[in-house]
Amino acid sequence: MGVESGNFITTKFDSILGWARKYSMFVYPFVTACCGMEYIAAACSHFDIDRFGAGLTRFSPRQSDVLMIVGTISQKIAPVLRKIYDQMAEPKWVVAFGTCAVSGGIYDNYSTVQGADKIVPVDVYIPGCPPRPETVFEGIMKLQEKIQNQPQDWRWKK
Amino acid sequence: MEEIIDKIKSAFKETILFFEEREMPVFIIKKEDVLSFVSFLKESSFSILLDITAVDYLKWPEQKEKRFEIVYHFFSLEYNLRIRVKFSIDEKEKSPSLTSFYKNANWLEREVYDMYGIKFDGHPDLRRILMYDEFKGHPLRKDYPLKKRQPRLEGLKDD
Ligand code: SF4
Repeated sequence: MGVESGNFITTKFDSILGWARKYSMFVYPFVTACCGMEYIAAACSHFDIDRFGAGLTRFSPRQSDVLMIVGTISQKIAPVLRKIYDQMAEPKWVVAFGTCAVSGGIYDNYSTVQGADKIVPVDVYIPGCPPRPETVFEGIMKLQEKIQNQPQDWRWKK
Repeated sequence: MEEIIDKIKSAFKETILFFEEREMPVFIIKKEDVLSFVSFLKESSFSILLDITAVDYLKWPEQKEKRFEIVYHFFSLEYNLRIRVKFSIDEKEKSPSLTSFYKNANWLEREVYDMYGIKFDGHPDLRRILMYDEFKGHPLRKDYPLKKRQPRLEGLKDD
């Protein structure tokens, strides 16, 4: 009985924590190319990313939960991206925004990383060149779903 | 506009190997006289160096005797005129540097060095500018394999 109720409380606490986390994503936009324009469009008032709780853009990796990789990742900047990912505090998620970040896109050449998942683990891929804001929001909702349903981690968790 | 072209032509009769009027006047000159030619251009109002680039004629239909061609673009504010100056250079040769005439030649020549591996004689700081230092080879050369990837990413991802 004790164990079961303990599990019950943990599960409930997990889902509350997931609920809180999915509506308060602090996004770090790693903007390197043209997709940035579309990110700006999605983030500003017309499309209003704040409806999904992702409106507070942080330009410091220490303060952010979601690393949004927006645009082409060149080989030269790859170590920088990895360092930024390593600097983010747990829990953290990564979104690949646009075809370039997903797979390298049209740039199948010497200078471009063929997908951000060659460098950091990616949770959600948003396709499109560039993706429309609606697509971005669908990606964000997918990420919210993932955050809600994953096992949560917290400080005193056994 | 015509008189400046005539002036250049008459001053450098021996140097100019070929001249034609395309979307802008094009001069093909001898490599030995590049510096004197460019200093003459600078004195005669071509005060802006727009671009330096190169062409690799490795498998050009007709094999050229020298592999690369360096291309300069100049602009004259006075005549509102752009001109193109080209000269051939071989793989082993060094190209003269324009850094003493135009400050922006510094970065443009670094880019040409980075992409084509052409060395510039007299350049103060000839390093790669676009690719990272560990990069091997020069990617815009025609013999650089299209699908070749460099091991920059190894060890970055931890799984
Ligand atoms: S996916 Fe398209 S729009 Fe986005 S960075 Fe690449 S080329 Fe630009």
